[in-house]
Amino acid sequence: MRMTQSVWRALERELLVFVRTWRGSAFTAVVQPVLFLLAMGIGLGGLIDDGAGSASVRLDYLDFVAPGLLAASALLAVAGEALWGVMGGVKWMGQFKGMVATPMTPGDVYGGLVLSAGVRAGAAAIAFLVVAAVLGGVSSLWAPLAIVAAVLLAIVTMSALSAYAVRKEDDRTFPLIMRLGVIPMFLFSGTFFPVEQLPEVVQPIAVLSPLWHGVEVARDATTGTVDGWTLLHVGVLVAIAAAALPFGVRGFERRLTP
Amino acid sequence: MVDGPLHPDALVRARGLTKAFGDFVAVDGVDFEVRRGEVFGFLGPNGAGKTSTMRMISCVSPSTGGELSVLHLDPRTDGPAIRSRIGVVPQEDNLDTELSVWDNFIVYGRYFGLPRRVLRERAQELLEFARLTDRRDDRVDPLSGGMKRRLTIARALINDPDLVLLDEPTTGLDPQARHLLWDRLYGLKRRGVTLIITTHYMDEAEQLCDRLVVMDQGRIVDEGSPRELIHRHVTPEVIELRFAEPAEQEAALSSAGEAAERIEVLADRLLLYTRDAEATHRALAERSIEPLTELTRRASLEDVFLALTGRTLEE
Amino acid sequence: MSVQDLVDHGRIAPPLDPRKRFLRLTERNVVGYVRAWPILLTGVVEPFLYLLSIGIGVGALVGDVTYAGRQVPYETFVASGMLATAAMNGAVFDTTFNFFIRLRYAKLYDAILATPLEPRDVALGEVTWALMRGTFYSAAFLVTMALFGLTESWWAVAALPATVLIGAAFASIGLAGATYLRSFLDFDFVNLAITPMFLFSATFFPLSQYPDALATVIRFTPLYQGVALCRALTTGEVGVGLLVHVAYLLAMVAVGVAVASRRIDGLLRS
Repeated sequence: MRMTQSVWRALERELLVFVRTWRGSAFTAVVQPVLFLLAMGIGLGGLIDDGAGSASVRLDYLDFVAPGLLAASALLAVAGEALWGVMGGVKWMGQFKGMVATPMTPGDVYGGLVLSAGVRAGAAAIAFLVVAAVLGGVSSLWAPLAIVAAVLLAIVTMSALSAYAVRKEDDRTFPLIMRLGVIPMFLFSGTFFPVEQLPEVVQPIAVLSPLWHGVEVARDATTGTVDGWTLLHVGVLVAIAAAALPFGVRGFERRLTP
Repeated sequence: MVDGPLHPDALVRARGLTKAFGDFVAVDGVDFEVRRGEVFGFLGPNGAGKTSTMRMISCVSPSTGGELSVLHLDPRTDGPAIRSRIGVVPQEDNLDTELSVWDNFIVYGRYFGLPRRVLRERAQELLEFARLTDRRDDRVDPLSGGMKRRLTIARALINDPDLVLLDEPTTGLDPQARHLLWDRLYGLKRRGVTLIITTHYMDEAEQLCDRLVVMDQGRIVDEGSPRELIHRHVTPEVIELRFAEPAEQEAALSSAGEAAERIEVLADRLLLYTRDAEATHRALAERSIEPLTELTRRASLEDVFLALTGRTLEE
Repeated sequence: MSVQDLVDHGRIAPPLDPRKRFLRLTERNVVGYVRAWPILLTGVVEPFLYLLSIGIGVGALVGDVTYAGRQVPYETFVASGMLATAAMNGAVFDTTFNFFIRLRYAKLYDAILATPLEPRDVALGEVTWALMRGTFYSAAFLVTMALFGLTESWWAVAALPATVLIGAAFASIGLAGATYLRSFLDFDFVNLAITPMFLFSATFFPLSQYPDALATVIRFTPLYQGVALCRALTTGEVGVGLLVHVAYLLAMVAVGVAVASRRIDGLLRS
């Protein structure tokens, strides 16, 4: 793997861009999930907790949906950036080409992106947890572990999707990735209702969804049900990221090496 | 409409034409006339007001003073009618990158309300004109700079315009692509299409233009054919002298005296304007002036611009 | 000499009918998207997935909700809200994101304004295309709703023109708004406007869940008009009051198109 120490320079650059543009990032990463939490957790939760439904989550709906949204927003906040942001960096605005004209390697640029996605998702998760706790959607001291879920999901999303995006000549297929990959994942990974409600034939597919593993970790953490399974889910996320990284480094090298 | 008798073939006529952006006056009261069938040039450095003038002629930028008629119509009221009869090639290619080469022709032609049957015929001809027949179904993005430029020009011809406006047509192209493009423009000229070209390349203006105006800081400083302008302002021949040291150039300047009709001093060289290069060479030798390099060439529009404004075009 | 004189003397071709010029831009978009039909098609899938997840999945947790004084299944309730929000989202996306790229980066409109088309034609042409696309998606969604048994009246057929109106309203406002965007960062403002509307316009839960004061405020927001209209039509709870929603949305169209044409003119013709 050809990442060098300059990867920290790349991280620094990404974080600097983030500081300059924090207003927007803060919206997608924090305000948007909090709005979802209010709408789903409080507004819709009020209807669900009446218990008139045929199925149940065995928890207050707010407690159920808060960790789901925490994990899902890490996926959603990073996905667009990994696709269109990377296309912008290599093609439309070309700032990555400027970066590799310095001692930074293409691997550093990629590593910087992945690391900064993790750092920002972590910061957003902390802010979200605080809000969720105030609203009463956090019931365990294990809750900070949910931050790990958000960070890992961000790293998985950025490393995999940017590895794909960097190999593409234009953004024509990106809406397909969002509509047929990211959005279904968001909707059916146990974020809004338990996976057990899905038809039995479909349920195994959820296991393939990184978001489901992330949601499980976050929910175990905020509801205080951490056990060996939690660790297993963490392991799956780490494994996916580890598998995507070399693929991404190679992609960035091919694209950015003159 | 512009008052007074029109030259019967004047396709564009401007009197005191002005364009101001707030306090900044980009075009400062210019007069000119473009006649049917000629290639008319605006020559000048960047920022001289050429593009602003072109945008007024193509009815996408309203003038802020003076009078302008294009194809005997008034841009203020007849914009769509004028634009339906002209072709516009902007400085930067603005091809439709979401479409293929072929669809760029067809869709653009549809903006003029032309029937598809007519467009298919013309697009086929223009593909050949642009030498892009084998790229017909490709998207625009991967084409080379020269190909995109040719496509932009060919697309501007889809409505069979009476007048074609080309803003810096060869800027950014390599020499080979430039020559191919010039060849295409000669072709248009032979077919009798009226062309208006802006350029800051002297060679381009000399090669292509029948008549041109020299612009500087929003004003027209002179007009005529390239030959007339050279005849009027400079001698037929120029000798360029370069020296190893600025001090040597200084010394040569003070002793050169009558060796040339006129001497221009540039930062890195002296330009000696003369009607007899042989005689000037002899006079320099007599005065023991020994430059590092010595180049004798024909006077060009570059020299005209220098004589008119005291500046070179590339400054 | 006037244009008419020149036409009469055969010097120039008769100009395009100014009332129909905008269709040329719409035609361009049709040509462009015919090649991208798989992407167009997947647009149908997205609201369908939302319907499965929130409608069926979350619906099982909720049970019935009270609407117009009677109990309706949650999926019936939420589907009409999604129908309206999908119409809004599609229109806003088309007219902000796509329009912005074409305006600022691709320079598409610079090329078009060198032809007989005018800025107003650009605005109208883009809105028309957004509506055609939106109508296609809405029709697909309505059919899905009917197949899932989520429509309760033949009035549901009228929900299709209602979504066209919602699309027109948001496309016009979106187009006007897009002319104020300076960079991609400014899209946060678009999100900032859209997301709260998407979540809180009685889309996912009825106004009765809100404190009274807040419910009153929401009654005046743009998307609420669309949701209320679609919900009334798909459930057959139709009354004269619906005309208020229609008028509100029509006013959005008028204001949006007027502002957008003026702004495009100012941006591209200086």
